[in-house]
Amino acid sequence: MKRVVITGAGTINALGQSVSATLEAMREGRCGIGPLEFRDVERLAIQIGGQVRGFEAEGRFNRQQMSLYDRFTQFTLTAAAEAIGQAGISFHGDLSARSGVVLGTSGGGMTTLDENYRSVYEDGKNRVHPFVVPKLMNNAAASHVSMEYNLKGPSFTVATACASSNHAMGLAFQMIRSGAAPVMITGGSESMLCFGGVKAWEGLRVMSKDACRPFSANRNGMVQGEGAAVFVFEEYDHARKRGAEILAEVVGFAMTSDASDIVMPSKQGAARAMAGALADAGLNGDEVGYINAHGTGTAANDKTECAAVADVFGPHADNLMISSTKSMHGHLIGGTGAVELLACIMALRDGVIAPTIGYEEPDPECALDVVPNVAREAQVDVVLSNAFAFGGLNAVLALRRA
Amino acid sequence: MSIRDKVIAIIAEQAVLEPSDVTETSTLEDLGIDSLGLVESIFAIEEEFDISIPFNANEPSQSDFDITNVGAIIAGIEKLVAEQS
Repeated sequence: MKRVVITGAGTINALGQSVSATLEAMREGRCGIGPLEFRDVERLAIQIGGQVRGFEAEGRFNRQQMSLYDRFTQFTLTAAAEAIGQAGISFHGDLSARSGVVLGTSGGGMTTLDENYRSVYEDGKNRVHPFVVPKLMNNAAASHVSMEYNLKGPSFTVATACASSNHAMGLAFQMIRSGAAPVMITGGSESMLCFGGVKAWEGLRVMSKDACRPFSANRNGMVQGEGAAVFVFEEYDHARKRGAEILAEVVGFAMTSDASDIVMPSKQGAARAMAGALADAGLNGDEVGYINAHGTGTAANDKTECAAVADVFGPHADNLMISSTKSMHGHLIGGTGAVELLACIMALRDGVIAPTIGYEEPDPECALDVVPNVAREAQVDVVLSNAFAFGGLNAVLALRRA
Repeated sequence: MSIRDKVIAIIAEQAVLEPSDVTETSTLEDLGIDSLGLVESIFAIEEEFDISIPFNANEPSQSDFDITNVGAIIAGIEKLVAEQS
């Protein structure tokens, strides 16, 4: 089996429009969540989110591209440019033929859908722009990355709600490990912060009106974010041969399904995914120093996740650190695991553990070291990144220091 | 602006050219407008004149709308606009 390393990272999210800006915000425990700004926001009960601000797509993309790129594709291409630029790789010949793109998204071109539904239903128009379908389809972002960078191998999009990115990155990892591809561009993107996107979420009554406070006893729900993170996953020898800088090694991945409930999480499903990732990597639980939690800030997720960690790690659960960076960038749904992988890389590379901000009151059902409010310096060798989606679909990645 | 000038302006914008570079004998191929550019142009023309153009991208030659060159397109639009009023 091949070894798999990360040689490039890029992002745009509410905390910053680059990896360095995002990691700086995470180190400082900054909150990127604020009042939402878009049409009809006053008709929403939930008016906060981790929105990307000051992003000038018009300057970055030409007119033809703008007519084809939904906001989730714009985010993806922005993050991909940073990641592939950092990796310093270009795709020709056999490398081009065998390398691909696998990205996660849940809603795809939700903004395009929302705007065009508004146009035909509310404004009564009978004609839509010809590119509505290629703009809103879930695989648009992956396809545009493949076109931009000449990636002609396996490319597709994974949609498993809040676990989409982790499933995507896990599949990219497996494809490189098995020898099916030398390099995969992977990660995820989401842009649901439009009237219809937030209105739909309101219906479930799981959203907070004021803040995302994972693991805190007074937590009152999730807060949505938007953006993307994209990575270059590369076969170890390939990366070594070309002298690429290695950010971290991906060592394990597991996915499980709860097979029980369409929205309620299951302790067993989450625990089996974490234990599975450890087994896949050949790790003992006590080697794990940090877990980037799914940590949505909902009553159900956080206590279930903590109980699952306690089950998997036993007494070591009290020694490891677990934090939810959703408190800062919000829940990027299908893009969330990708942005959260940045916190994992920071832990391994820089020895800085991103905090869980907004933490106000201990909850006996979440009695773990959640790195409250302030980042911490600590050397860790192995980390996990959790994602537990609606529908009971769980995906956990294990990473090791390069 | 005449129908002719409006259609030429729309096609020129799609081709990223000056209207003066678009003549009635220009074909869409001459102007570098591909199949996606064609459907986008048809959409823009429909929006401009509030008409419905009978064009099926699957069989452009079978459509009841001649796109041989810019002159043919203008003639087709003029006919549709006249029928509408």
